[in-house]
This record gives sequence, structure tokens and C-alpha cells, in this order.
Amino acid sequence: MALLEIENLQVSFTTADGDVNAVNGVSLDIDTGETLAIVGESGSGKSQTAFAAMGLLAKNGRATGAARFDGQDLLTLSQRELNKIRSHDLAMIFQDPMTSLNPYMKISDQMAEVLMLHKGLGKSAAITEAAKMLDAVRIPDAKARITMYPHEFSGGMRQRIMVAMALLCQPRLLIADEPTTALDVTVQAQIMQLLGDIRRDFGTAIILITHDLGIVAGFCDRTLVMYGGQIMEEGATDDLFAKPTHPYTRGLLNAVPRLDQDEETLRTITGEPPNMSRLPAGCPFSPRCAQVQPNCPTERPALETINGARRRACHLPVSEVA
Amino acid sequence: MTKPILSVRDLSVTFDVRSPSAWPWTPARKLHAVSKVSFDLLPGECLGIVGESGSGKSTLARAIVGTIPSSNGQILFEDSDLANMDPRQRRVHRRDVQMIFQDPLAALNPRMTVGEIIAEPLVTHEHGLSRKEVKRRVGELMEKVGLLPGLINRYPHEFSGGQCQRIGIARALILKPKLVICDEPVSALDVSVQAQVINLLISLQKDFDLSMLFIAHDLSVVKHISDRIAVMYLGRIMEMADAETLTTTPAHPYTQALIASVPIPDPALEKARPRPILEGELPSPISPPSGCAFRTRCPKAQPLCAGDRPVLEDIGKGHFVACPFHAPERALVAG
Repeated sequence: MALLEIENLQVSFTTADGDVNAVNGVSLDIDTGETLAIVGESGSGKSQTAFAAMGLLAKNGRATGAARFDGQDLLTLSQRELNKIRSHDLAMIFQDPMTSLNPYMKISDQMAEVLMLHKGLGKSAAITEAAKMLDAVRIPDAKARITMYPHEFSGGMRQRIMVAMALLCQPRLLIADEPTTALDVTVQAQIMQLLGDIRRDFGTAIILITHDLGIVAGFCDRTLVMYGGQIMEEGATDDLFAKPTHPYTRGLLNAVPRLDQDEETLRTITGEPPNMSRLPAGCPFSPRCAQVQPNCPTERPALETINGARRRACHLPVSEVA
Repeated sequence: MTKPILSVRDLSVTFDVRSPSAWPWTPARKLHAVSKVSFDLLPGECLGIVGESGSGKSTLARAIVGTIPSSNGQILFEDSDLANMDPRQRRVHRRDVQMIFQDPLAALNPRMTVGEIIAEPLVTHEHGLSRKEVKRRVGELMEKVGLLPGLINRYPHEFSGGQCQRIGIARALILKPKLVICDEPVSALDVSVQAQVINLLISLQKDFDLSMLFIAHDLSVVKHISDRIAVMYLGRIMEMADAETLTTTPAHPYTQALIASVPIPDPALEKARPRPILEGELPSPISPPSGCAFRTRCPKAQPLCAGDRPVLEDIGKGHFVACPFHAPERALVAG
């Protein structure tokens, strides 16, 4: 049984302009110790998929479908039951490490709070435990620095603190939502190495949500590409990057300049990212697709499994994708 | 040899920093944002400037445009020194040096229409143009940057990020400047839109025969668009060479570490690459390390590095390196 299994997830938001469907029938699963990348541009629904599973949707959001963690549907749980799972089994780190930490609380208090609440430790025991975790994420001089406030740390250090805090109760699944987007490349390399070590040492399954195809290539076993709230393609990372079978995956890979290659001009995807309140009835990518077929805008392609491990949603046969 | 259009010589920019708890009479400490930077930019050339946050690349751009005063050195633009010129004289040159900013929406006045935004530099610098003429030139340029001229009366919020950046580009080009400084022009955009704007900038550079300073943190993007690249660290240029040389055989330990950290969207290559991870973080620019700024994190640091600051020397074919222990290394090969 998969560790987390999301089935036909729909997320919609009630807004002044009517209902907006951010996620439209997403199904995915992840096993223990596995790393899964969810790749997409802004508005693709990649973060909302994770937020829905974590029960963190904004007040005007609604999720339907199922998100089974260890067989238990997270979408039907009460706040209290959800809190229990969120502390022990599920954890999340966010994009912006500054706004995710409480600026009024010392690091020691923020971290100890988690342990006192969920593990029933006393305050001093909790702080000792927290300092150990800061050591594990390689914050130098952790014992002394744990009494500092978030603003006294740099961006990279703050993200390390977020990772440490997420790991306090040894979760089985860690969801990292753009964990390195706000960081410099050399610091990004440090954080990605840290996440790799965590997977190795604790066997934590990791869902990495990102727009950066580069960090996915070096880190994830499987990759799932989203666009307009739907899954476009999914497969083993090596295989997907080598042989993308969806026009969007292909376009995305072609649009990134690479340090190791000389491209004369970048092959672009024309048009603009989709407006989620005005999606076509069919494939959301059809307005920008270079190989659009007559039935694409009206008929939604089913997510079909090909060659066992690959899933794709496209009307065009694999052999004809250029 | 062709004469450079822009020559920056020993340019330094410092800021006064006062700690809130200090006495009012304690002298302010100096933050060295840009420290003795020198480079030349040839006509029609694109020089990329890469560096991490805090490297001083944006401050450098602002000092050249003149929105931040420089504290030392010269900015020679077509033989006149912009750095040591009074503001009135400087205004004459301002139309020749334009800038494109990072956050496309924040760079546009939300209460002006697209037409007004693009026309503003024209109205300011070229008096006596008829309304019709202004509108014609705005429309012409909108078409060139890939905006429908029919959208001239819309407001910025009605456009997406990519379109806003096109508006910013049109505003920078309306005066037909000789030098355009792009400060992280694509880092706020989605991958698919980023490629469109990069291609647009490359084609406009050819069409308008522009000299360009392209500042960004993304080395892959900078390499794609630039002829030459300068790498900055803590306000100094560490290495400068043509784009090909710098990315394939970098000679400075910092450039080598930077390239090793850039992820490449190719799983086979990415998993086979050696990953020497740079430890630690940028030192404070208020009290930079003595000698080489990078020595505190450098894997090859020697006692000598703490002594004199290494000069940027030519090691052949215009490849400049500020490191006495430079050793060109093949980068990006699977180890």
C-alpha cells in the first residue's frame, strides 16, 4: 500500500468572480522512502494539491476526492485527528523561511512547542532535543544559537531551521514546497544535500514541489508534471527527462537554457500561463500547444498509462509528438 | 581595437550604516557594496554580471545609471565621466543609458496607462513632439516588443507578468538608448515566459544595436544571452571571460564552486557530477575579510590570501582572474 494516495482530488475556491478550480482530478501516490517531484509553473495547482492533503487550504477553498495516508482519508478527518497525523507522520516546509517562522519567538521556544505538545516532553528536555536536531541540519554552534530570534539568521540558516522543525517528530512524509526558490544557488545546493541526507538517514519519503527542472533531475525518483490544475505527464525521472511524451513536458524542457549546452535561440512555449477561472473544457494546455488537435479544446484527454510506469494525458499518439 | 562605450574604473560604492543602538555621535560604519570594480563594455556587446545576493551586482547597475551615488572611481561613458559630473550635466547622458527592472509589475505606475508609461521618457526628453507622433512611436515599439498596439489605453494590472516586462522593455527602448542595463529582467517570470523574454531581448539587442549589461543570479540564463561574463562576490569582480571560457574552464575557485552548484535538467549528468558544496555563507560587507574576499570559504585558501587583495589579472585571451592560485578546471563533466 502506498504511503500517501491521492485520488481524483478537486480543489476549488469561491471568489467574487465565481468558483475557480485550482486542482482538477489529480491522482498520485508515493511510497515509503520515495521522492516524488511535482513540477509546474505558477497556477498549475502543484502547491494547492499539497495544501489540500495537509488540510491547509484557505478558508474559501474546498477539496473533494480522497487523500489516503496509511489508508486514512485526510480530507474527512477532524481538525484534532488531523493535528495528530500532521505532527507525527506528515510535515511540510514552505518556500519563504522568513514568513514561516514566528518573528516574536525564539527558535528554542518555537521548536520546543512542537515537542512539548506532540511528544509530551518537558521544556528543558524539548530544548535539548531541538538543539540536537539543529545540529543534525548542520547549524554551527546550535546550542548557543537556539536562543536567537529568526531575524538573526540568514535565509539559508532559516530554511535549515524550518527543515529541523519539520523533522522533530520524525515524519514519514515530508512535503517541501519550493524549499530553495528564495535561496542562492550555493545555498540551494546545501539545502538539497541536506534533504538527500534526511531521506537516506531517516527513510523519509519526500514530495518536492518546484518549478526548477534542474533540482528535480538530481533529486527525485519520479516526476509529475502539472498544468492548469491537471496532471499532464508522470514517469520515472530519468525516463521522463530523456523521452518526454507530452508536448508541454517537451516544451518546458526546451525552454530552459542549459549551462552545459549552446542553444542559438530558446524554443519557447507561446502565449501566457492559463487564467484559472477561464480554462477550456478540454486540455488546459490546448491554447498554447503547438500540436493542438481539433478535439483538444473541447474534449479532456484521459490520463492513460503507457509502458507500465508512464502516465500521460494527451490526445496525440506518442509517436506523433514532436 | 574598438573603443569601449562604457569603461568603469575602480568604482566603489559605500553606504553608511548606523546601528539603532549606537550613540548619535559615533561615526557610521561603512558598508562596501561595490569595491574597486573595473571593466570595459564594447559597443554592441552584452556583458553578463552574475553573483549571489549581496554580491553588489544591482548596486553596480544603479551606480552606473546614477540612482545611487558612487563614492570613488570613474564611470566613463563615451569619454565623459558620469561618476564625477553634476546632476544637470548628467541629465544629457541619461537618455542614452536606460534600465530594465526585475519586478515587472512594481516597476510600472499602476495609475498610468501603458501608452503613458512607454511615452513618458519621450515626452520628458524630446520636447515639442506632436501627440500624434508620440502615439505613432509608442505603437511602433509596442509591436516590436510583441504587444498589440490596441492595448495602449490599458492599465498595468490588466497584463500578465511577461507582458508587463515587455512594457518595461518598450519604455527602456523608446529613446533609442545606446546602453541598456537589465537588472534580473527574467527572474520573476515563469519558465515558459522567461524563454520568450530572453529571445525578445536578444533580438532587440541586434535590431537596436544595443550595448547591454545583463545582471542576473542565474548563470544558465546569463551564459545564454551574454558575450562575456563577470562573476562578482562581495562587491568585487572575481573572474571575467567570454561566456564559453567562463562556463567550460573557470579558473577562480569561486566560479568553479558556483558552476558546480547550478543544477542541470539532465538526470544522468546531474547524478554523475561531483558536487563540492560550498560551506558557509557570505561574510558581512561591513567588515569584509582582509585580502581575498572569498578566502573564508575557499577550498584552496592559503595563508597568503589574507595578505594583499589579489588583482584581476589577464591570464590570456581576455580571461581575467583575481586569484594568485588560479587553475582553469574543466567544469560540468561527469566525474
